Amino acid sequence: MTQARKSFQRRRVLGIFAFHGSASVLSLLFLTPFLVAFLGSFRAGQEASSPPIPPWPTNGFSLDAYRALDTFGAGIWQHTINSLIVSLSTALITVVISLLAGYGFSRHRFPMKNVLFVLLMATLMIPFQSILTPLFIMLAKLKLNNSLFGLTLVYVTLQLPFSVFMMRNAFDAVPKEIEEAARVDGVRDLKLLTRVLLPLVMPGVATVAIFAFLNAWNEFLAALIFLSSNDEYTLPVLMTAVRVGRLGSINWGAVQAGVVVMIIPCVIVFLLLQRYYMRGLTAGAVK
Amino acid sequence: MTATSTSGKTRPQASAHRPNRRRKEALKGLFFIAPAMILVLVFFVFPVLFTAWMSLHKWPLLGAPTWIGLRNYTRMFSDERFYSALGFTAYYTAIVTVVIFAFAFPMAMLVEQKRRAVPIYRTFFFLPVVVGLASASLLWTWLSNVDSGFFSPLLEQLGLTSGRINLLATFDLAFWTIIAMVVWKIAGFTMIILLTGLQSIPAELVEATRIDGAKRWQRFRYLTLPLMRKTLALALVLSVTGSILAFDQFYIMTSGGPQNRMISIVYYIVNQSFVSFNLGYGAALSIAVLVILLVLSLAQFWLLRDKGERA
Repeated sequence: MTQARKSFQRRRVLGIFAFHGSASVLSLLFLTPFLVAFLGSFRAGQEASSPPIPPWPTNGFSLDAYRALDTFGAGIWQHTINSLIVSLSTALITVVISLLAGYGFSRHRFPMKNVLFVLLMATLMIPFQSILTPLFIMLAKLKLNNSLFGLTLVYVTLQLPFSVFMMRNAFDAVPKEIEEAARVDGVRDLKLLTRVLLPLVMPGVATVAIFAFLNAWNEFLAALIFLSSNDEYTLPVLMTAVRVGRLGSINWGAVQAGVVVMIIPCVIVFLLLQRYYMRGLTAGAVK
Repeated sequence: MTATSTSGKTRPQASAHRPNRRRKEALKGLFFIAPAMILVLVFFVFPVLFTAWMSLHKWPLLGAPTWIGLRNYTRMFSDERFYSALGFTAYYTAIVTVVIFAFAFPMAMLVEQKRRAVPIYRTFFFLPVVVGLASASLLWTWLSNVDSGFFSPLLEQLGLTSGRINLLATFDLAFWTIIAMVVWKIAGFTMIILLTGLQSIPAELVEATRIDGAKRWQRFRYLTLPLMRKTLALALVLSVTGSILAFDQFYIMTSGGPQNRMISIVYYIVNQSFVSFNLGYGAALSIAVLVILLVLSLAQFWLLRDKGERA
């Protein structure tokens, strides 16, 4: 009896070790690239172009890599601001438009409602990579090529099917009685939407905003094709210039610094709003 | 679904203006969805139709397009480079999907357990998912660099290789480096999808088979896998469609090399449309990709369909 219990106990301890052992090793594998880039980016001058072993600065902490990064394009601030303008306005416009559409699809009756909703969702089946060429020509015709606003409109459009779906579900989950009560009190339409319903669908808004922000911040191919002048480049496009280098040599310190600048907002947004992010992920997955 | 909103309560005094009210209600609804519909029609639906139209033309960047019927398509079917792009994309998709699943499934089973620190591990595994593919590619370009990077010097110092190997110089090494990067970046995402499937398996069922004496492997094979059919299909389709559209990693990490052997199908479209400015031919290639993806979406519906059986 005690023999059996002992062996059971031993198996349990072994199980705990095996679990935490393998999980820690995996965690290390997933975290190492981040840590190496982050620590490595603070190495001074020449040190930044030698292998990051060890990754932390051995000749003292320095911002040389970030200064080097600043010499590319129109300066790192300008490009960070470009990226922020595009990502924040994509998030804002997506939220407003999908809020209205989600409300319309959830609470109103109009002809062809289901057809229009299916049409909206059907665009999810079509890869946007296949419409780059006509978009490029259309934006040129609308004088929106090489403009952050044109790029934002494209990003908002790509974000809409998922976002309208999320918002419609969010409104569907709000009890009808709340609306009825507000109507009785004489609150209607836009006022009803912004004053009464908006606070109730806030979690959905958070999810939509996070995905719009992150997708716009990280998008590369459309930005590469639609932006042609240096000053308008978003961060990922700027970084291709850094990656190509000057006179045949690449400033690896600037690459590390650029990667850190691009990654940090994503990590912060995710860690702060993880709950809403995961909700969007599983909603998309279960759809 | 929304029928209840108007039919729920009938107010006697309202019935007199009913048709009028209904029209007003419809107008309001259309007003709310108008911005979304207009954007999607202008910047998505119209471009799709426009792509099809363009694909029937010789369409230079400057100057007038000329109608050439299906000649872009006949050209495509005899285009050596189109086939090699297609072949490479298929090869990449097959390999990367298998490797992603090989990591993501054990990871999902790891973080499904109810043990201490599981949320922390899950966050760590997932962290690369939230950064952009372009950022990840750039980061790994540096890490894989032979002179200033991390991997080759590390392997050398650990004595695993004699001298430093250039991970991006030959096709096979560069290919597996990119696979490693993509797995690092994506495995956490697939893990979460699989996790939702694992968590939907009723605990009593697992307990019952355990009491019946089913071995760990038997439980996995005859309980877990069949119950996860839908989740697996979804994760599979997401991985396959994502991989077919791969571009960033090849553009940033190897510029399509070595020997231009890493030109994926989207990369080839970009080259034809925006480097050689054969916009009409690029559109025809786009239609090909669109058809492939549509077929996959239909396959997804077929895989995810309810078979009428209920477990």
